[in-house]
Amino acid sequence: MSGEVPLWEVFIRPRNGLAHKHVGSLHATDEVMALQAARDVYTRRGEGNSIWVVASNAITASDPDQAGENFEPGEKIYRHPTFYEIPDEVGHM
Amino acid sequence: MALFDALLELADDHLVLGHRVSEWCGHAPMLEEDLAMPNMALDVIGTARSLYDYAGKVEGAGRDEDDLAYLRGEREYRNLLLVERPNEDFAHTMLRQLYFAAFMHPYWTAALTSQDETIQGIAGKAVKEMAYHIRHAGEWVVRLGDGTEESARRMADAVQSLSIYVGELFEEGAAEGVDVLPSRAAIRDEWLATVKRVFDEAGLTFEDSKFPQTGGRSGVHGEGLGHMLAEMQSVHRAHPGATW
Repeated sequence: MSGEVPLWEVFIRPRNGLAHKHVGSLHATDEVMALQAARDVYTRRGEGNSIWVVASNAITASDPDQAGENFEPGEKIYRHPTFYEIPDEVGHM
Repeated sequence: MALFDALLELADDHLVLGHRVSEWCGHAPMLEEDLAMPNMALDVIGTARSLYDYAGKVEGAGRDEDDLAYLRGEREYRNLLLVERPNEDFAHTMLRQLYFAAFMHPYWTAALTSQDETIQGIAGKAVKEMAYHIRHAGEWVVRLGDGTEESARRMADAVQSLSIYVGELFEEGAAEGVDVLPSRAAIRDEWLATVKRVFDEAGLTFEDSKFPQTGGRSGVHGEGLGHMLAEMQSVHRAHPGATW
């Protein structure tokens, strides 16, 4: 059956203020059923309060073989913004 | 003991349905549903446990939830005939779930304002679960009813074969005169509205049966319940008091 049923990627946001994170994928006939299946498959342990589903074929992916062209920050440690003090009021970054 | 009997009816409805739904575990047509079905089964079994627990306290005879669930025979079970109906296929299972949830959601909503705090508490948890069951089962009824030729035929068969068990939902049973529990008859209109909303989208028609089957509330069940209870109770009866 799964062969005929489209694949969906599932993103969950654990708390307000955090970003949605990819948690996995599932099969469902359409977006409504995909959201329900996501609830049943990925939120049973209280993982989150907001769910996104995206049709897997709507995602454009980079080619892992071309990963070499990505940046290699190496010595450029200033690209990691770890030298700043973040005020508590800012919350999650 | 009217409250005890009424709680037992409700608890039996939930346990028997929960066990039926749990029979899909490992057999659902796809992994996603194989998780969704036990989730739904656990929802109603959880409600059953709270109800048995409270019933045992109301009775005051020292019986706990296990005694009530595992040590009563078929004739002592007071569940609706609807919930003991065999799973048959996905269409039957989802329609049975929709019928039950479309009833229990308004029922628990009304129970939120009960004078009895324990019932209020049980209702508060159950009302959210039933809202999801309506949604989940409803979406499947729409997709099967409005799906392929085969799914539409199976859905129509389910409507046909379950219609005679609908009337019993609205019988007051032992709850007659128990003022801490909602009136069951008063829920008919809302039940019908929910089911019609789903059926309209599914291309199905609901017809009230002229000859509703009843008897569950007085312990007169179909032959399937005895088999189900025999399986469900076998471990407890073979190893009384066993824990894990």
